[in-house]
Amino acid sequence: MTKPILMTTFLTLAAVPGAVFGQVTWDRLLHAEREPQNWLTYSGNNNAQRYSTLSQISRDNAKNLEMQWVYQARSLEKFEATPLVVDGVMYLTEAPNTVLALDAKTGATFWVYEYRPSADARPCCGAVNRGVAILGDTLFMGTIDAHLVAIDAKAGRPIWNIQVGDPKLGYSVTHAPLVVKDKVIVGVAGAEYGIRGFIAAYDAATGKEVWRFNTIPGPGEPGHETWTGDSWQHGGGSAWITGSYDPSLNMVYWGVGNPGADWNADNRKGDNLYSDCAIALDADTGKLKWYFQFTPHDEYDYDAVQIPVLVDANWKGSPRKMMMWANRNGFFYVLDRTNGKFLYGTPFTKQTWAVGLDEAGRPIRAPNSSPTPQGTLVYPGVQGGTNWYSPSYSPRTGLFYISTWVDYYMNVAKMPAEYTEGQRYTGGAPRSPVPTLQRGPINTWTAENGSGEVLAVDPNTGEKKWQFKMTDVTGSGILTTASDVVFSGGREGFFYALDARNGTMLWKAALGGQVASGPITYRVDGKQYVAVAAGHALFTFALRQ
Amino acid sequence: MRTLAIPAVALVLASGLSIPLAAQQRYLSSDVEAGSRLYRNNCFACHGPEGNSIPGVDFRRGQFKRVSTDDDLFRVIVNGVPGTSMPPTSVNDAARLALVAYIRSLHDSATSAAGSGDAARGKILFEGKGTCLTCHRVNGKGSRVAPDLTEVGAIRTAEYLERSILAPNESILPEHRVVRAVTRQGAVITGRRLNEDTHTIQLIDQDEHLRSLDKSELKEYTLLTTSSMPSYQGKFSSAELADIVTYLLSLKGVE
Repeated sequence: MTKPILMTTFLTLAAVPGAVFGQVTWDRLLHAEREPQNWLTYSGNNNAQRYSTLSQISRDNAKNLEMQWVYQARSLEKFEATPLVVDGVMYLTEAPNTVLALDAKTGATFWVYEYRPSADARPCCGAVNRGVAILGDTLFMGTIDAHLVAIDAKAGRPIWNIQVGDPKLGYSVTHAPLVVKDKVIVGVAGAEYGIRGFIAAYDAATGKEVWRFNTIPGPGEPGHETWTGDSWQHGGGSAWITGSYDPSLNMVYWGVGNPGADWNADNRKGDNLYSDCAIALDADTGKLKWYFQFTPHDEYDYDAVQIPVLVDANWKGSPRKMMMWANRNGFFYVLDRTNGKFLYGTPFTKQTWAVGLDEAGRPIRAPNSSPTPQGTLVYPGVQGGTNWYSPSYSPRTGLFYISTWVDYYMNVAKMPAEYTEGQRYTGGAPRSPVPTLQRGPINTWTAENGSGEVLAVDPNTGEKKWQFKMTDVTGSGILTTASDVVFSGGREGFFYALDARNGTMLWKAALGGQVASGPITYRVDGKQYVAVAAGHALFTFALRQ
Repeated sequence: MRTLAIPAVALVLASGLSIPLAAQQRYLSSDVEAGSRLYRNNCFACHGPEGNSIPGVDFRRGQFKRVSTDDDLFRVIVNGVPGTSMPPTSVNDAARLALVAYIRSLHDSATSAAGSGDAARGKILFEGKGTCLTCHRVNGKGSRVAPDLTEVGAIRTAEYLERSILAPNESILPEHRVVRAVTRQGAVITGRRLNEDTHTIQLIDQDEHLRSLDKSELKEYTLLTTSSMPSYQGKFSSAELADIVTYLLSLKGVE
């Protein structure tokens, strides 16, 4: 099987010489699907499906995958980065804020740019970074001390550096920026410190702010009435994962995080907009076009910080522009992305905080489910049914793939919430036998703790088509390809190739550290690679030759 | 919001009373365990292993200078006590809750009948009549088949230890569970589970051999929820039981 496929690929490449090796123009980003050999944005392209049309690695030959090269990070932080690959060059970030240009074929280093964040930085949950964006010959990186830095992609030198938030107040930027036209869009993290969140667009050439959308509306702004007293000032609503973009509607989509304080909602009566919302913003002005709130008046830290996945497909027999969303609150949603209308929602994992959704998609809260000082048992636990880990949608199978935490709970104790600048403002403590950020004691796992799985859902019906079950939970992203292969991993340190149609394991590699990043695929000199960060290293694989 | 905390603290300061910390919140055993480790890293140097190294403060007796409620204690841990050597502590809410749980457990252990025996007599019973070293290990002495108890006094309460001795099945922790596996060839392997993932399981067997099993090569595999330890109900007098528990509480690990 291998040989004919390689030949075909070679001929295809030979037929389009000189198609690459230029600046990464907006036109190239707009049509990223035309160059599947590259991985040009955090999610692969604007619709954020994390789906590749590369097919050299197939269901039949995935068993022949072998390691090609490894990049060993010096950082011992969680390795959450998704690299970009542009014409044979990989742009990778290493925690906290180091950027590397590597030969995507060998791992050899072209340059290293080490940004040293201020000691004032206080990211809540790890000094991590999830990647860069590119436009022209410039890379863009958000930093844990809330700066946005433009870097020369050829020379590895900073071009401009601006401050987007005050790190002493808890602001940080951990996600890969999103480039739309001539703007670089980033959101801020820090809801656990009582920040007031925002998403802002900056001029790619100068770093000058072009627009800003406050995720927590101030006095006079629509939605302000959903906050009581001055609670909005520390209302959280961070945005710490990359959004997506629909050029046909010129809308940027983003997920907004939890309200502050996380687990004590006494001071913030109301729905607390736009916390836990999917929002659509005009890409040119940042004006709100629509919102959909998944978890009004959240008391669980159920951030809607997931990748907005855009899908054009038939819905109930008619073509529709949809947005698919597996939320941290345990529900899977399908929305109409032209107007935010709720089309469908159903739990994809065990949840006890809501008895269901009403016709508009608003949750109907379960009685006695609020946190109490004595502790309240709630499914899913604080990390949610899923979290920021990239899901994937395959237009070939029509299935939506979710890294899922199954039967996972927390016993959440409500505590006093008093705002002090730069200090944690969470108002509670979620306890769970499942460690939050990394694998804890190695032998405490039991069936009562729950488990992890790659779950394939039919978005039309909510039907679970298949589940690939893991003993530990998973913080891995998911990649699908046109050869119906799913790549994903988990906290145990395995990286898998699965059959996208039925979940059969085709291949696995033991990488010795948790996979907490989104896998990508790319092609150099006719060979398809798959890359994923695990533990403190980035691993690349290709077919044995 | 911050000003609300001050009058409460000031009131207690003004009264100068030592107030036992009232039981206000039910804590999880995992909180106590997490708290014990945090205590060792953050509090031990000043407050000491028994929680009584600061004059006027004795965690085992529930004696405090400036706090009466759990909330007060949270605030003292967060903010410290200005003008004293008690510094602010930059741990998150879950860690603070764990610390409070552990500090309260010290009081619970000290005031329970189970923790009021004689540790020296308990050691003799533990090693003699109880034959506990047949399976357990303390300070390098005994078997590795059951959990090592060298630091058990630092991470468990008197109540928990008493329950473990009288009703092991009700108190066995996930990390102490025993695996029973049957290979395709019919060989039966049992041992204490050390680690597990989707594809394999690691254990220490009855002969203290470290073994790694591939789940795909097993016919059966069960993680037992019962303990292999016998119940000592009726085998010790209540005084003997208190002596053993007190001995176990004295085991604080290798420093």
